Amino acid sequence: MLRLPPFALHQPTTVAEAVATLKEFAPDVRVISGGTDLLPNMKLAQTKVSHLVSAKFLDELHGITRTDTHVRIGAATSLQTLAEDEDVRELLPALAYAASRIASPQIRQMGTLGGNISLDTRCRYINQSELWREALGGCLKSHGSECHVVPGGQGCVAALSADTVAPLIAYGAVAEMASVLGPRRAPVQELFQQDGTWHVRIAREELLVAIEIPIPAPQTRVAYRKWSVRQSIDFPLVSVAVRLDVADDVLTGGLVVVSALGPRPRVLTLERLAGSAIDESLAEALGQMVHERARPLPNLPYDAEYRRERMVVEVRRAVRVLAGLPERPLPVPR
Amino acid sequence: MTVPDAPSPAPVLVTLQLNGEPVSVAVPPHWTLLELLRYRLGLTGTKQGCDKGDCGTCTVRIDGEPQLACLTLAVEVRDRHVETVEGLGVGGEPHPLQEAFARVGAAQCGFCTPGMLMSASAYLDKLTLEDEPVVRREDIAQALAGNLCRCTGYTKILQAVEEVAQVVLDRQRELAESTTEEP
Repeated sequence: MLRLPPFALHQPTTVAEAVATLKEFAPDVRVISGGTDLLPNMKLAQTKVSHLVSAKFLDELHGITRTDTHVRIGAATSLQTLAEDEDVRELLPALAYAASRIASPQIRQMGTLGGNISLDTRCRYINQSELWREALGGCLKSHGSECHVVPGGQGCVAALSADTVAPLIAYGAVAEMASVLGPRRAPVQELFQQDGTWHVRIAREELLVAIEIPIPAPQTRVAYRKWSVRQSIDFPLVSVAVRLDVADDVLTGGLVVVSALGPRPRVLTLERLAGSAIDESLAEALGQMVHERARPLPNLPYDAEYRRERMVVEVRRAVRVLAGLPERPLPVPR
Repeated sequence: MTVPDAPSPAPVLVTLQLNGEPVSVAVPPHWTLLELLRYRLGLTGTKQGCDKGDCGTCTVRIDGEPQLACLTLAVEVRDRHVETVEGLGVGGEPHPLQEAFARVGAAQCGFCTPGMLMSASAYLDKLTLEDEPVVRREDIAQALAGNLCRCTGYTKILQAVEEVAQVVLDRQRELAESTTEEP
């Protein structure tokens, strides 16, 4: 049985109260929203913290609103609400789909969008018991000095494992933070840095309040693809979003976002492919592009080389879905 | 694993509705709902499995939705409605799901059963003739996707839920027909 170590829980009802509490106890404080990532990490002593500030009673952080130009999603909106919301399904289908593929029904009820963005990085050498980690002598993320994924590596390469991040970046989402200093905005793409021990650039004093997503132009198409061993519960082992900007049936731009590599997603722009038709050859070209420029590491379960090939397959499939092409049948085994 | 020796913050008074009854109890802030249910209130129907959100055997319903008691802080459920497997049957009678699980043999070791029942009951309560005129195994599998069973291979569990779902829809259909026949 796993028990939580003692901590103080603060349950503010206003953002002003919440950020004042965060300021008072930073850096020994975390925001708890659904708790489905933070609490297991605390139980396994991966995260050690004395104060938690609950987002549960902050009304401002709940709910989805739509204007003519944007969809605004409160950071404490549940993943289930996000997956089922009519506006999100209509305007941001790849985000709704990504949310619907996270973990399990129970965890989608509890987990929130802000929590998914803030999800701690994962690694086969970290997501283990404390005893297991100590027996290995620790690593860069757990009181050691050695990386077991990249021998001799100086930076932690634990993997960003949030399903919503790739589609949020593909849609050009912007995060809104609050602190005692006032509000701050940053594109979701710029929140992430190449350090698995601190990969989300949101300060301990800051509260992630909402995500604002511009409503895409009608010709813009976005798809998300996830691969994991099981269809439910599992974190992604391959996580890709493809955005195609289209005018007069040809590509004008877009992005491929690949997550579940290291701490930061890889974002590839498609400007140099402008003018391409939206067809099978584009699927092949994008597959080739990610094969050259994004490389899964042996940090997650499953063979890294297999994940690399699978990543290419999922990018091609995403393009085929967006091009309205049928899924290619599996080769007949010989 | 033992609790560290650090001084425990003072207990907090929590008031919630538990299986339809109001409950007020003082609980330390680092206690989960699962610990409150099992070790303070003696409701051991909700099982303690992986304790980290993988297995689903601690599933309870909070405001009707299936959630994991092992990852819910007890003091965060204040003023909410919590339903455990103990609240499923009425007046000593088993819930139709419990009856079906027993009849078709959907429980072997039984450890996943309380969680399965809570996820399945949430699925049944959302089943309406308008949205879903037929019972689909795929939908049941989706509803139970967060509950692991290592014994049954799931076939009997799906069968039990399917049988009850069919009865629920048939009853709704009869009710709809009988009301439309009225002059």
